[in-house]
This record gives sequence, C-alpha cells and structure tokens, in this order.
Amino acid sequence: MTLALVEHENGFPDELSLEMLTMARDLAAQEGEDLEAVVIAGEEPVTEELGAHGVETIHRVTHERLDAYAPEAWGESLAQVARETNAGTIVGPGSDRSHEVLAHAGAVLDAPMATNCVDLEVDPGGSYELTRQRWGGSLLEHAHLEGDVKLVTAAEHEYSIEAAAEPADPTTETMTPSLEDAHFRVQVDRVETGTGEGIPLGEARVVVGGGRGVGGPENFDQLEELADLLGGTVGSSRAAVNEGWRPHDDQIGQTGAKISPDIYVACGISGAVQHMVGCKGSERTLAINTDPEAAIIQKADWAVVGDLHEVVPALNEAIRERQ
Amino acid sequence: MHVLACIKRVPNTGASIVLTDDEQHIDASNLGFTMSPHEECAVEEAIQLTEDHGGSSHVLTLGPSEADEQLRTGLAMQADEATLLETDGEEWGPRATAAAIARGIEHQGDGENPFDVLLFGNESADTANYQVGVHVAKRLGLPCVTGIKSLEIEDGTAIAGREVSGGEEIYRVDLPAVITVKEGINEPRYASMRAKMRARNQEIPTLEPAGESGPGTLEKIRLEAPQTDDSEAEILGEGPEAVPDVIEVLESEVEVL
Ligand SMILES: Cc1cc2nc3c(=O)[nH]c(=O)nc-3n(C[C@H](O)[C@H](O)[C@H](O)COP(=O)(O)OP(=O)(O)OC[C@H]3O[C@@H](n4cnc5c(N)ncnc54)[C@H](O)[C@@H]3O)c2cc1C
Ligand SMILES: Nc1ncnc2c1ncn2[C@@H]1O[C@H](COP(=O)(O)O)[C@@H](O)[C@H]1O
Repeated sequence: MTLALVEHENGFPDELSLEMLTMARDLAAQEGEDLEAVVIAGEEPVTEELGAHGVETIHRVTHERLDAYAPEAWGESLAQVARETNAGTIVGPGSDRSHEVLAHAGAVLDAPMATNCVDLEVDPGGSYELTRQRWGGSLLEHAHLEGDVKLVTAAEHEYSIEAAAEPADPTTETMTPSLEDAHFRVQVDRVETGTGEGIPLGEARVVVGGGRGVGGPENFDQLEELADLLGGTVGSSRAAVNEGWRPHDDQIGQTGAKISPDIYVACGISGAVQHMVGCKGSERTLAINTDPEAAIIQKADWAVVGDLHEVVPALNEAIRERQ
Repeated sequence: MHVLACIKRVPNTGASIVLTDDEQHIDASNLGFTMSPHEECAVEEAIQLTEDHGGSSHVLTLGPSEADEQLRTGLAMQADEATLLETDGEEWGPRATAAAIARGIEHQGDGENPFDVLLFGNESADTANYQVGVHVAKRLGLPCVTGIKSLEIEDGTAIAGREVSGGEEIYRVDLPAVITVKEGINEPRYASMRAKMRARNQEIPTLEPAGESGPGTLEKIRLEAPQTDDSEAEILGEGPEAVPDVIEVLESEVEVL
C-alpha cells in the first residue's frame, strides 16, 4: 500500500501536496495497490477533495498535544500509521516540513529515503528505478531504491496537479498515536507573522535582479526604480548578498527564493547554475551584461550587451517618458 | 559551550555542470571544491556562539583526505578544532553518513556527546537528502530543529526561528540539541590571510569512520545533466541604444508596459 502524507490548510490539500498526489497515484497504480492518505492534526480533511485525487482511505491522526506542529511527534505518528497499515511506501510533498517529517519517520523505521523525485518506475521485484534532483534541480540522479519500506518525496513543481480519472469515495479512519513527552521536545512555541511589505519575490510578475556587476548597494536604486516602473520587485544574486549590498531575503537561487515572473531582468549577473535554478519558473529573461560571452546571455531570451549603469537609467527614463 | 558544525565537501559548479565520462561524478578539475552556503553559515554560527558564550567550536566532515581543505576553511574562519572522518571518496548515503558522524561525535567525548549545540546545513548542496541532521539527532537521542534562520541561546535553551509562509515559527529547545540552519541566519566572515596561513599548518585529527545503514538502499546509478534551452538570446543591441527595442519587447511580447 502507498501512504501519502498530505499537508493541508482548512482541510484542503495545499499545492505541493496536490502535485505529490499525482506522483503517488501513479505509483500506487504501478504497484496495483490502493492510495491512502495521512493527515496529521488540524481541521477535518475534505474527503471529496482527496477522493477526487484518487485517495481511497484517509488516516486522520489526532492527539491532544498535536495542536502546534511538533516534527518528531509528526514523524513518529507517520511511522505508526505506516506500521499499522503495512505501508510499503511513504510519499511526501517537496516541502521543508514534509522533508523533515519523512526524515523523522525514516529514522524511526530505519528505511531509505529518496528526496525530490521527478520520475518513479516500479520494478517487477518491487524496487524502484527513479530519477531525482540534485543541486536544486540543476542535475539529475538516476538511482535504485529498495527496501521493505521506502520513503520518497516529489520535487516541487515537477508534477502537474491532476484529478484522478475516476474519483474515489474515501473512508476516514481516525487514529490516535501513542506519543511520549520526548516526542514533544521540539514544538512550535509561537508563530510571529511577518510585516508583509512589498511584493514577495516568489509572487512577483516582474523581477529585476542585480548581481556583482551592479557594483555597490547604492546602484541598486536604478534597479528599484525599474522594478517600480514595471510593477515588480528587486532580487539579487548570492554575490550581491555576500558583498553586503542586499539582504539575504532578496537572494534568488538554490539557497534563496524561487521566482516565476512573466519577465526576469537580470542585470550584472553571470548566470551560474545555482542562480539559474531559482529562475526556472520565469516565463522570459532579459539579460543586461557587459560580457557577450556571459552564460546568462545563452540562457536568456533577450540580451543587451552593455554597462547596466548606462542601460538601466536610459531605460527608466524612456519608460517614464511614455507614462 | 561546545559547538559542532558538520560540513560536506562538494564540487563547485559555475555556469554549467560537466560530468566525468563515467557519469558518476561532477568533473571538478576546473573549478575545485567548496561547501554549501548553509554549512558556511553553520560554521559562522558555531564561531559566533562561542564568541558570545565562551567554549570552543569544532568543524567535522566525512569525506576524502582532500576534504581537509573545507575543514581548513572553517579553521581559517576561526573555528578552534577540526576532525576528518576519512573515506575513500565514494559517496556515503545519508544514513551511513549519520551513523559515522554520530560515532565520531561520541568518540570526541569518550563515548558521550560532548557538544551543547550540533549544527548542520538544512540540506546538503549536492544531494539534498534532508536527513543527516535528523538521523544524527535520533542516534544521539537529542532533539532536532531544522531549517533555522535565527538563533539565540539563553540559559541552556535555544530559541530558534524558522521561516514559514507569512511569518516565522519560533521553537524553544533545551540543549544539547541538533540545529540545522539555512543561509541567511548570519553573514559568514571572510578569513584573513593570516588566519588562512595558520589554518594551513594546523593539525587535523583523522578518524576512520564506521557506519552501517540498516536495511534497504538508495543506490546511485548515474548522473545526468538535464537539457537546457541553449538557443542563443536575441541580442537587442549594445548599450543605451538598445532601449527602444527593450521597450518594444516589454510592451508587445511581455505586455508589462
Ligand atoms: C551550493 C551553492 C549554492 C549557491 N546558491 C546560490 C543562490 O541561491 N543564488 C545565487 O545567485 N548564487 C548561488 N551560488 C553562487 C553562484 O555559484 C555564483 O557564484 C553567483 O550566482 C554569482 O553571482 P553573480 O552572477 O552576481 O556574480 P559574477 O559571477 O561575478 O558575475 C557578475 C556579472 O556581471 C557582469 N558585469 C560586470 N560589470 C557589469 C556592468 N557594469 N554592467 C553589466 N554587467 C556587468 C559580468 O560580466 C558578470 O557576468 C551558490 C553556490 C553554491 C556552491
Ligand atoms: N559527508 C558529510 N560530512 C559532514 N557533514 C555532512 C556530510 N553530509 C551531510 N552532512 C551534513 O548534513 C547536512 C544535511 O545533509 P543531507 O542529509 O545530505 O541533506 C549537510 O548540510 C551537512 O551539514
């Protein structure tokens, strides 16, 4: 049986969980088994929604101490459901929280885990031939996963959200795990809400990125102006963050934000793979760079070869004149 | 306070990833090796904690003998000590790595974990298994918080913050604890030339790692650099004279003007 960890908000699976259900349903079909879901704590899951995505049984985990998120308790609960249901595979979405919970469950069950999968084929013997991301998606690994219990996660935004060809009518089984104090050594104490200023990078329709070529913190003013004129927001490369010109929150890439704007304007950025994996979701890219050989020029749709300190102000002025 | 930072030697990559002919590794002959930004921050955090609270900072890696280069980077940043768990350079999975690191840690304390804070990256730069920190914690019986971007220590308790959509989750955890961090928690320092020189000659104890990885396996078959769209960009022009063409594409193709 295939057991999917579903993260939800008000009972509805979140985006990454829906993507994961596409992968999990395919896996269950290849194994000729049922797809079952685990929902830990929180509101009652909306059964129709999970049924529409092919879930046959919902295991709802409730416990008086599980109100606030506690990673070890979640991992232990997931492991207990897996044991009780004799699950051969535990599937999770590609979120930080799911990776954490599955890592705990994997430690409890002493089972191997393949993170960020993009393709899974079941062998006749029951092991998996899989493809997973390395380097934040800049590299793929073909691997073989084998074990009585296997854990896998679906890479972010690699599977599309698809309803099952035939919706299921899931039954819900409530279970209360047996948990000890030690499982609650780590639990969310409180949540501080952010200030929510400006457009978050991940949601911006236009992103103007600045790299080492910008040359200093004050020169980002021109980029800010361009972003304002286009209704977008400013991001940066790691080099600009390391120089102390921008806060880390602005960083785009493997260890920064992932963006998916209609256009990414990359100014003074060379196009290193770890930067570019953060921009994979961009519809179009315009590069402004003095070096016609820069990798970003190969990777962009349009390029201006030139000094950004001349090009950007001229562009800003031309846009202002039109308004 | 005794603080440990675990780091991993990984190839540098640059503008494109080149594989070795057998498709088993990244060809690092041009660009050399580095450590993940998350782990650079783990080292910085270890040093800052001992600067603020006294005690000593320690960096540890499991890797080939050449991984002493990354340990020396940590020493040059002002970590006090380093340990190499020396392998033949083949990849160890996260479970075997965690088992070996847990043993290495106990070895440092004559059979018991001697560290108050054990720092890891949230995920490794190359394989991103999201497991080594959690498994080390499990083996040592310690609590573990992951993905931390702010950390304070008060009277033996860690107050750790993790970014979530719309805000920050705050955890309070009694030490000793495993804490995995993300880039952004601090700004790693640059090592001075003098510190680099000194680190070059510092003695690094080497241990032979032992780690089994339980039932089941995840085995690499080969690596593949994914196809990228390398159709050349359309060059709109040179310098400010390209501006009218830029306006044109922004207006008619992207429709943001
Ligand atoms: C594990 C790991 C994770 C990483 N994660 C990230 C990440 O999340 N995000 C990230 O960005 N990087 C990341 N990096 C770093 C990455 O490899 C590069 O070092 C970094 O992206 C380079 O930044 P840059 O392009 O601004 O600088 P450079 O590579 O120095 O490029 C500067 C560019 O500016 C151009 N230029 C110079 N002057 C001008 C001018 N006046 N006008 C126009 N153009 C000019 C130059 O021609 C050059 O192309 C990571 C590295 C590792 C090892
Ligand atoms: N070979 C290693 N030596 C030391 N630390 C490691 C090693 N591999 C992983 N780690 C640590 O564990 C973290 C998580 O790794 P991973 O589980 O592979 O994502 C990394 O960021 C490192 O801090």
